Amino acid sequence: MNDIVLEARGIVKRYGHVTAVAGADFDLRAGEILAVIGDNGAGKSSLIKVLSGDVVPDAGEVLLDGKPVHFKSPHDAQLAGIETVYQDLAMAPALDIATNLFLGREIRRKGPLGSVLRMLDVKEMRAQSRQQMDALGITTLQSITQPVDSLSGGQRQTVAVARAAAFGRRVVIMDEPTAALGVRESKGVLDLIRRIRDTGIPVVLISHDMPAVFEVADRIHIHRLGRRACVVRPGDHEMNEVVGIMTGALPPPAAAEAS
Amino acid sequence: MSESVQTAGAKAAGVPDTSGTRAVTVVDRVFRNPVLGPLAALVLACVVFSLLTDNFFSVNNFSLILQQSVVVGTLALGQTIIILTGGIDLANGAIMVLGTLVIAKIAADSLNLQLPALFVGLLVCAALGAVSGLIVSRLGLPPFIVTLGLLTILQAASRLYTKETVVVEPGPLTFLSSGTYLFGYFRITLGVVVVLLSVAVLHYALTRTAWGRHVYAVGNNELAAKRTGINTKRVLMSVYVLAGVLYALAALQAFGRSPATSPNAFPTANLDTITAVVIGGTSLFGGRGTVLGSYLGALIVLVLQSGLTQAGIDPLYQNIVTGILVIAAVALDTVTRKKAR
Amino acid sequence: MNVTKRTARTLAAAAVLLAVPTALAGCSDTQTGGTTGGGEGEAVKIGLVTKTDSNPYFVSMRDAATAAAEAGGAELVARAGTADGDNDSQVAAVENLIAAGVKAILITPNDSTAIVPTLEAAQAQGIFVAALDTPTDGNKGVDATWATDNTLAGEQQGAYVKAALAGKPPVLAMLDLQPGVTVGDQRHAGFLKGMGLTDDSPEIAGRQDTNGDQAKGQTAMENLLQTNGQINAVYTINEPAAIGAATALSNAGRTADVVVGSIDGGCAGVTAVKNGQIAATVMQFPSKMAEEGVKAALAFAADGTKPTVPATGYIDTGVQLVTDKPLEGLPSEDTAWGLENCWGSAS
Ligand SMILES: Nc1ncnc2c1ncn2[C@@H]1O[C@H](COP(=O)(O)OP(=O)(O)O)[C@@H](O)[C@H]1O
Ligand SMILES: [Mg+2]
Repeated sequence: MNDIVLEARGIVKRYGHVTAVAGADFDLRAGEILAVIGDNGAGKSSLIKVLSGDVVPDAGEVLLDGKPVHFKSPHDAQLAGIETVYQDLAMAPALDIATNLFLGREIRRKGPLGSVLRMLDVKEMRAQSRQQMDALGITTLQSITQPVDSLSGGQRQTVAVARAAAFGRRVVIMDEPTAALGVRESKGVLDLIRRIRDTGIPVVLISHDMPAVFEVADRIHIHRLGRRACVVRPGDHEMNEVVGIMTGALPPPAAAEAS
Repeated sequence: MSESVQTAGAKAAGVPDTSGTRAVTVVDRVFRNPVLGPLAALVLACVVFSLLTDNFFSVNNFSLILQQSVVVGTLALGQTIIILTGGIDLANGAIMVLGTLVIAKIAADSLNLQLPALFVGLLVCAALGAVSGLIVSRLGLPPFIVTLGLLTILQAASRLYTKETVVVEPGPLTFLSSGTYLFGYFRITLGVVVVLLSVAVLHYALTRTAWGRHVYAVGNNELAAKRTGINTKRVLMSVYVLAGVLYALAALQAFGRSPATSPNAFPTANLDTITAVVIGGTSLFGGRGTVLGSYLGALIVLVLQSGLTQAGIDPLYQNIVTGILVIAAVALDTVTRKKAR
Repeated sequence: MNVTKRTARTLAAAAVLLAVPTALAGCSDTQTGGTTGGGEGEAVKIGLVTKTDSNPYFVSMRDAATAAAEAGGAELVARAGTADGDNDSQVAAVENLIAAGVKAILITPNDSTAIVPTLEAAQAQGIFVAALDTPTDGNKGVDATWATDNTLAGEQQGAYVKAALAGKPPVLAMLDLQPGVTVGDQRHAGFLKGMGLTDDSPEIAGRQDTNGDQAKGQTAMENLLQTNGQINAVYTINEPAAIGAATALSNAGRTADVVVGSIDGGCAGVTAVKNGQIAATVMQFPSKMAEEGVKAALAFAADGTKPTVPATGYIDTGVQLVTDKPLEGLPSEDTAWGLENCWGSAS
């Protein structure tokens, strides 16, 4: 029974003489929320950038549904159904929310207007954007035609999450999506993550917020010194044990690979 | 709050459509519609010169100013799309001039060679655009340096190619100079029609197509654009090649203005177009601006030139006013971006 | 009265134009104001289009034209190309002058060939067109041309340098303008004629382009001295190049035994002759070109007469050898005379 959706084996990524990822493994199962935790600089972002096609690894392989994939750009990963919310956001600030939501996959008008003149269906994209925001219960945005640079950090984060949720067909990855958010906004994003999981799409959540991780995660991938130290279930371990493993104060549990 | 589909692109491109949080003032409107500033300056300059001189406000003179705008106006369109991606093109005039020389030399022998010559010129200009595009997008070198190098090379190459003024025969190459009188007395040349069409088509492409949005997105934040799934290298490439094609069109426009060309022609076209683009409200930091504004910017400079001639005022005042406009426009852009932060 | 009206207009226009950026920055009200141009009894307008508006040569031309026009009760409208060689800006300037209703256009063409159709269009509208300093191709598109005989100017420089060598075999450095520019070619050829040499003569130690620029002239001279230390004679296209060459020679300690000749008659150049940096220069007379051009324009405006042009195709405004070391058989003036008749300012 193979329910592993996204898998990585022996990933290595170096930046000059810094080895950000040193032979890391990774497994994401169908329908789960997998939290990835680790100290700053442990290589979490670098690992998920490999999974999302943003960087090409120096060694190791990535498998989607058991088949090897070689993402050369985020676009490749998106085509495969993997959507990512980056820690440092990916948006065009001067463009409006709806435009940002559909950036890179714009909808064209039907008929010759679209096929010959390549005219965009702005109305449709806005309607769908509004629908998506409603569906995700996002209420803090005033208008879908606001430019992104007029939004607060939390609002931008929400837009990025909404975009990932809207287009992620196989996997949604979020790199510290709540880091810049207030309590209420954080809770909104966590709800959103659960809702995405409930639609059957597995979510990778990188976060430093331990209570949140313990609240939503099905499993916790603990990253240390560029590789996976172990994977645990929130129910099996106390929060301070997990933090101990993360910082190296405690050894990883013997039966590390939770099944 | 308006949500008309028609203006969507322009809004997305330049400018906020902030919903009801602040009272909408005239100042806000100027800040929000990037074309209003240059338009106001243009109208104001026209009004001033019409009051100040006897001959400025005449159908004939306006027709003339439009005709004078065709070359720099077309070059400015290429400059605009490059600046929108956060780049700059110092070689645009040099590319166009080499294009005119290649065309003129090939067409020197026979009228029948004019169309093939034009085609070769188009290829040369597009290829030179592609060279900048390749170096900028693949090697990631700064456009300022790349095009400065290209400018230096092309100036020398043009002089090695020919040292003389080359004249083409009246024919397909000078076709754009032909014109007709609208309403009996407003002379409009084909060149003017073509430049206006070029502005319109490019405006459409930038505001109503996915390509246009990607151009703005790349200029806003190239890494972010890449992460949203845009093939940023291809967008950059397409912009530089299209700019090259526009420079070839400018070469044709130049023949419409004067059948003669030389390696010394249009020595300041690069700065003239940057001036027009900046006065037109496009941000030198990329990601914000319009081609319409750039064309208005080119017109403003010409109106100053014409008006000051009519008034018999020292042409150096034109430079002073132009300089002030450039600084004012950049100040406006800076304020806009600060407000946006 | 003309002067005051023009000044008033200038001030009014400048004031209102300065309001433009303010409006751009968001001022809502349109500013109107200034005076409307006076209607009755407009003075005759004469347009002058120089190559650039920075070169002192053209500045003196323009000042002389302005003075001559005012003396004749006319108004001079001065325009300029944006850069040497730029035809397009001169085309626009001519078009704008036509639109402004000038009776005559005087021009120093940046491109002798390319400007012709535009000038012909002006002529077709009944405007008197004259070239100053630089003729158009085949003298097309103009009613008259006032210019220096550049070949003769070069020849006088050559004859002087030859005589100053006093029988020593010349080892010649040539600081040219740039390839393909007529003025440069004519002076170069004239100089060789005056020296009794040809382009193939072994006496020519080397040549470099200077664009008529002082810094480039210095670099060129430095390079030529490196290649041949025996150089004892220097041809220069103009005085800035000559002053650059003199600096290089002085740095190399060679001032005393090298003869530098030049052409132009700018006040800085004449001063350089006085200081011994340049042995002799051949003066040309831009203000005379401008004055005669304006006079002809006024005559044309008054009764339609056009000047008669000699068979050479242009009216020669003359040249004058200027040196403080006169030589046998070469009529010259000294630098005292030169400083009184030079163009530009000496500083
Ligand atoms: N683009 C980069 N260039 C150079 N070094 C980088 C780059 N990205 C990450 N690193 C380095 O790689 C290591 C891991 O970084 P990162 O993956 O961001 O860790 P985390 O997300 O766990 O904090 C750090 O030492 C970081 O400085
Ligand atoms: Mg990180």
